[in-house]
Amino acid sequence: MGRYVIRRLLQMIPVFIGSTFLIFFMVYALGDPVAAMFGERAPDPATAAQIRRELYLDAPLWKQYLHYMGQIFQGNFGTAFNGQSVIELMVSAFPVTLRLTVVAVVIEMVVGVVLGVFSGLRRGRGIDTSVLVLTLVVVSIPTFVSGYLLQFLFGVQWGWAAPSVSPEVPLNELLLPGLVLALVSLAYVTRLTRTSIAENVRADYVRTAVAKGLPRHRVITRHLLRNSLIPVVTFIGTDIGALMGGAIVTERIFNIHGVGYQLYQGILRQNSPTVVGFVTILVLVFLLANLLVDLLYAVLDPRIRYA
Amino acid sequence: MRGATLAKWALCAAATGLAATACGGGGGGSAGVVSASWGDPQNPLEPANTNEVQGGKVLEMLFRGLKRYNPKTGAAENVLADRIETTDSQHFTVTLKGGWTFSNGEKVTARSFVDAWNYGALLTNEQKNAPFFQYIDGFAKVHPTSGSPKAKTLSGLVVKDDRTFTVTLNQKFSSWPDTLGYAAFMPLPQAFYKDHSGWLRKPVGNGPYRVDSYEKGSVLRMRKWGKYPGPDPARNSGIDLRVYTDNNTAYTDLQAGNLDLVDDVPASQLKSVKSDLGSRYINQPAGIIQTLTFPMYDKAWGGPGKEKVRRGLSMAIDRNQITREIFQRTRTPATDWTSPVLGADGGYKAGLCGEACVFNPGRARQLIKQGGGLPGGHMTVTYNADTGSHKDWIDALCNSINTSLGSDNACTGAPVGTFGDFRNKIAAKRMSGPFRAGWQMDYPLIQNFLQPLYYTNGSANDGKFSNHGFDTLVDKANAQTDTGQAVATFQDAEKVLAAQMPSIPLWYQNGSGGYSERISNVSLNPFSVPVYNEIKVN
Repeated sequence: MGRYVIRRLLQMIPVFIGSTFLIFFMVYALGDPVAAMFGERAPDPATAAQIRRELYLDAPLWKQYLHYMGQIFQGNFGTAFNGQSVIELMVSAFPVTLRLTVVAVVIEMVVGVVLGVFSGLRRGRGIDTSVLVLTLVVVSIPTFVSGYLLQFLFGVQWGWAAPSVSPEVPLNELLLPGLVLALVSLAYVTRLTRTSIAENVRADYVRTAVAKGLPRHRVITRHLLRNSLIPVVTFIGTDIGALMGGAIVTERIFNIHGVGYQLYQGILRQNSPTVVGFVTILVLVFLLANLLVDLLYAVLDPRIRYA
Repeated sequence: MRGATLAKWALCAAATGLAATACGGGGGGSAGVVSASWGDPQNPLEPANTNEVQGGKVLEMLFRGLKRYNPKTGAAENVLADRIETTDSQHFTVTLKGGWTFSNGEKVTARSFVDAWNYGALLTNEQKNAPFFQYIDGFAKVHPTSGSPKAKTLSGLVVKDDRTFTVTLNQKFSSWPDTLGYAAFMPLPQAFYKDHSGWLRKPVGNGPYRVDSYEKGSVLRMRKWGKYPGPDPARNSGIDLRVYTDNNTAYTDLQAGNLDLVDDVPASQLKSVKSDLGSRYINQPAGIIQTLTFPMYDKAWGGPGKEKVRRGLSMAIDRNQITREIFQRTRTPATDWTSPVLGADGGYKAGLCGEACVFNPGRARQLIKQGGGLPGGHMTVTYNADTGSHKDWIDALCNSINTSLGSDNACTGAPVGTFGDFRNKIAAKRMSGPFRAGWQMDYPLIQNFLQPLYYTNGSANDGKFSNHGFDTLVDKANAQTDTGQAVATFQDAEKVLAAQMPSIPLWYQNGSGGYSERISNVSLNPFSVPVYNEIKVN
């Protein structure tokens, strides 16, 4: 187990280097960011040259990359154009997005698994069909539509919730954005759970458990559900990474100043330290989440062992 | 159905569980405080480093300079300056009023100005507004075009005593005192230099507000400064500027009563804004003009005889229809190269452009034919697609041109992904056809609408237009001491533009905004920025 974890951690190093270089290269390809800082006015050449030198933009790409990586290993992610250090931005942005992600994942897990279990147990019956239709509808609505729609209905029309999230980002205000963020994945979780449950409900161990005279809820929660959750856990693991980075649209609609907001600003202003720094952390989150998922397999299914 | 009910219960349980851990907060501002929409300023909030409107808003609340532009008329009026005297339009003596301090108690003296201007001009401080100090003697030494600076301070600035300093310019510039209301010329306290990062975290100025707390990228809370000595103290107890990435969200927040003031009504809401807000919708002229600029460095557009094509294209655009249908009259068809906010005395002259700015498809076809037709029979209009919903009006504009010229593919839009890339292409002179340009004035002077944009090598002369007659007239106007005469000469220079048409004036942009029932006495200044200190909370 320990060796397995170490091997996986070591594998992250080339992925980390490769992905940072790719991102660095792509942001670099967007072109020189200095001109945009001067608005509709042509940059004053002397000031522009000074800024380029300061930001290391006058060096060739490979030198810039080495310089940047050197900084990262000293714990310095560079400075955004508005004078804030990228670390400072991360400290303010990641906790916000993490909270939003947690809200979204809790919603999609609870609602998705419950709906999945019920429709899986009643395969082909009314509830199964209605859940199927419901999930199809939800999957086909893009986030920006559901976002603006729910925001308008809950925020303006009915006045049940604030349409945007205040700077302190309290969890209760994150429920609506969390729901919007969770909606699409929720449908997948439901479908995955349903299929898995429907398959396993006829498995020998379930029949044995029932034959032993165990109460129905115990059969379902301890035996059936635990064994059926493996594909769901895989999905949620990869989804955490996707939710954290992919919340750009949701964060924009609800004015949440998290990772998506910083990435959006960074891309718009071609601010490579911000973009590369944030994406690098996201890559790490993604890798760690995947490792965690693999380790969870062993917990869920005792037949799986790592060496 | 049991499943559905259970699911609902589970969701509610999770919701209350999460809500319980959340520690209150949020909601509207405290009593007397106005919450307003804001965009994250691009640069640190230093006066000489703020060249866009979002940072400018804050500086307008935190600082008062020698002059201030009247929020209604746009006229430059003395604030800290007691008088600015000159006999030759080149040597100025500035005398300050007494009794002004910064909100940390430090006195505002001649040194507060001179040090701040020296800081702004010095190359190594990388201030983006440094070129605003270029008319002051010694600028070339502190801000050489290449290499490191030869001097630390501008030789043209001399402190005489606490309340007097003199300024020597390197050329005659009669309206120079009127430029001093711009943010770059604000005074700075000593704390700015002593603890720079601390100052940036919590800027200190001498305006009607002081910073209460600043969470960068999220919210800036400003409170009324009780001891403000100026004539225009805040009539509310504070302003909370909240950063919005999406102006639709800000508008929704306003509708829901979660926000008091938006100063940018999204284009998609313009149709319904009147029914939503009624008299709480503001739509008034601002000092912004939108143009279509030609790449004069490209022979196909700037060569001899091509002014006929450029003038013809101007006549092929139905400005009235586009401002009505696309902009819902938040823009007005332009007939000169300035802005109505200047007023007739300031140099605005409706119809100066003449027949070239009047929609006339027949004459347009004729002129373009005489000028040799569109280069290659086809043109593209380049714009940046990331902000400002430019696509809508560019498409409408091309449609108008296509209809006028009777050809389906005479004109198409050419989007560029980001504003940065767009600006890079312009700076590198890589435009092969006309492109969108917008100009927001720095100060309400006709000079600011002409010299930076069309003078040879002007700082915003994107089309690289160069005309000896125009340059001479601008120089002449700058040297004239009589304001009326100077304005008339600037208008003569503008007539050169009407003949040459290096850029097509499209429309004057209005400032727009909306506010909640909680506040009143809301208006926009000529820079389309709300006059925050006048807002009253009901």
